[in-house]
Amino acid sequence: MHEGPLHPQFENLDRQKDAARLGMWAFLGSEALLFTGLFALYAAYRTLYPDAFAAAASHNDVKLGTINTFILLTSSFTVALSVHEVRLGRARRAALLLLVSILLGFVFLGVKLTEYAEHFREGIFPGPSYRYEGLTGYGPRLFFTLYFLMTGIHALHVTAGMGMLAWVMFGAWQHRYSPLYHTPLELGALYWHLVDVIWIFLWPCLYLMHA
Amino acid sequence: MTSGTYEADLVGDKEVAPPSHVPTDALVDYLRADRGIRSWLLTTDHKRIALMFYVVIVFSLILGGVFALLLRTELLTPERTVMDAVTYNRMFTLHGVTMVWLFMIPAIPNTFGNFVLPIMLGAKDLAFPRLNLASFYVYLLGCVVTLGAMVWGGADTGWTFYVPYSTTSQSAVVPVVLGIFIFGISSIMTAVNFIVTTHTMRSANLSWFRLPLFVWALYGTSVIMLLATPVLGLSVIVVALDHAFHLGIFDPALGGDPVLFQHLFWFYSHPAVYIMILPAQGVMSEVVCTFSRRQPASYAAIAISSLGIALVGFGTWGHHMFVAGMSEFDANVFGVLSMFVAIFSAIKVFTWVATMHRGSIHFNTPMLYFFWFLFLFVFGGMTGVAVATESLDVHWHDTYFVVAHFHFIMVGGTLTGFLAAVHYWFPKMFGRLYSERMGLLTSFAVFTGFVLTFFPQFLLGNAGMPRRYYSYPARYQWLNVLSTGGAWLLGGALVLTLVNLLVALFWGRRATANPWGSRGYEWMTPVLPPKTNFAATPVIGRGPYDYHRPEEEAHA
Repeated sequence: MHEGPLHPQFENLDRQKDAARLGMWAFLGSEALLFTGLFALYAAYRTLYPDAFAAAASHNDVKLGTINTFILLTSSFTVALSVHEVRLGRARRAALLLLVSILLGFVFLGVKLTEYAEHFREGIFPGPSYRYEGLTGYGPRLFFTLYFLMTGIHALHVTAGMGMLAWVMFGAWQHRYSPLYHTPLELGALYWHLVDVIWIFLWPCLYLMHA
Repeated sequence: MTSGTYEADLVGDKEVAPPSHVPTDALVDYLRADRGIRSWLLTTDHKRIALMFYVVIVFSLILGGVFALLLRTELLTPERTVMDAVTYNRMFTLHGVTMVWLFMIPAIPNTFGNFVLPIMLGAKDLAFPRLNLASFYVYLLGCVVTLGAMVWGGADTGWTFYVPYSTTSQSAVVPVVLGIFIFGISSIMTAVNFIVTTHTMRSANLSWFRLPLFVWALYGTSVIMLLATPVLGLSVIVVALDHAFHLGIFDPALGGDPVLFQHLFWFYSHPAVYIMILPAQGVMSEVVCTFSRRQPASYAAIAISSLGIALVGFGTWGHHMFVAGMSEFDANVFGVLSMFVAIFSAIKVFTWVATMHRGSIHFNTPMLYFFWFLFLFVFGGMTGVAVATESLDVHWHDTYFVVAHFHFIMVGGTLTGFLAAVHYWFPKMFGRLYSERMGLLTSFAVFTGFVLTFFPQFLLGNAGMPRRYYSYPARYQWLNVLSTGGAWLLGGALVLTLVNLLVALFWGRRATANPWGSRGYEWMTPVLPPKTNFAATPVIGRGPYDYHRPEEEAHA
């Protein structure tokens, strides 16, 4: 059973693993602050236009938003299972579980795109092209601009996460990881969970808080 | 001046430093370990990456300096001197962008931090050497994009990119902010690398309270970089999108609030000041101990106030916005929090001064820069407390007083810190000694030029001259002439400094492994450190400032 490569700058594998994990956590902290900026913008404008934001949020399809939440949570679950499997030495099964997660990622993006298409059909565009008659004024326009910005940046992260998962899936399929060494898979999983956690906050802001 | 005394300190050093022709591969110094251009461009050795940063950063300093001299030359007369108003606007934007993101933010962490951090920890390299190399190329890409935007015509918004002007200006705002976004990525890479390295790469026995103070400073800096930079990245991306597609997120005509941009921008850009000044303070902590031959008066006070500045620094951004329609209560909160930073800074200043007390002070060039630093930092800091007071800020806001204040503390602090580091670690980086006489002379000239440039600006600002204006009433001219003269002196002194160091690089006397008689860990390595820094992983059984031990014992 292989323990993975030891890079020359490290004393031993334990330290190397600690370093990789800490590096990923630090990076996730940085990512969290990126979204914090967006949430701060959202909070500020929600305070300025409370009714308009509630009305605009209720215009979003709660059903689709909730389905997407369910999809992402499931994909995180399969990623967690995949880490579990690789720890038991079943790398092929871990790879298949990652494949499921990636496919769920595609479904998530698909649902998101249908929502976008529906918005565009109604004339809901970010910025000056906004021409939806049902909701007029500054508030809804700002809500939807932020909606596109937040979900767009989140979708970019979903895509990046899928790329990461695809890479570790390939590695798992090739038996590059063992119960003793599977750091990349673990880190990919961590990143995917972050993408999930951010959505958990986007979901209420953009779909549920319409009262 | 006691420029020659360090030689006397260092007789028993030859045993510690194995001569560089020892045949074992591990001990070939890092400059000769591999040959060829590829071995540099694709290196993962933190010391070589540091040198590559060094080259680009010096180039950036020259570029930003040339912009500054052109600006000052323009301000020699009340009306047009050498350029028109539009060029002037673009020039001060490029000066700010270049100096902030190309020079000051990476200057000390990415060159000297990169070079000495792993050595100070007793490690062979940073935790992620390839990430380190990537951060260099990302930084380089940022330079290319930003400089490309300059060729394109550059932006005319000032380095702060305030909306709504930045989203409507006809100049090349998008490529400039894109370049800044790319710099941000490089910063975050470096920050992750430094934080992880400090946590996981310390050699056996090297506890947190045995770390050199420079490491504490770099750690605090990295935390700020990690947590503040993404917010800047977000706000400049929004500005770029707004400029390109007119989203109107900050546009009052579309219901947006332009002040929100200022909040987001300063949430990064105020802590960014500490990204610049903390590493400089770290350098000074090393320099003052080495050249006083004494341990710091209080190690914990300096280490903890580094972290204190890093944390409190996140709660001060509003003091840039006292006149932007902020409530009196908020202004008071931000004002008080800003003064907390002054308390932590004062703790450091008093500790440094107390360190010198009864020390054996050596007036080498780095130590001289420490004195300039002390003056500029205290003077700039006190004026900072003044402008953090709302009632005073209303008078000084957007005048030359503010320009003078932040040049004193931020530029003065970073530049003197950078120059101290340049001289202090020169023998370790290149194995040669610079001319101490020229070093001291240029140091005097740098300080004189600096004070002459910026002190008149305090007076100008207090008399009401607004910043960023192209022309001014004739009664302000004599102070402007003084300031411009100072700028030229400063520029000339910096050129002389560079010449002195280039001469030393090629023809300087060979250095010994520890020319300053320091007890710092980085001086335990041979004259030029080998590629892996140490022949065997060191076990460090003492503190970095053990001046009560004789040097042989400390370095055994």
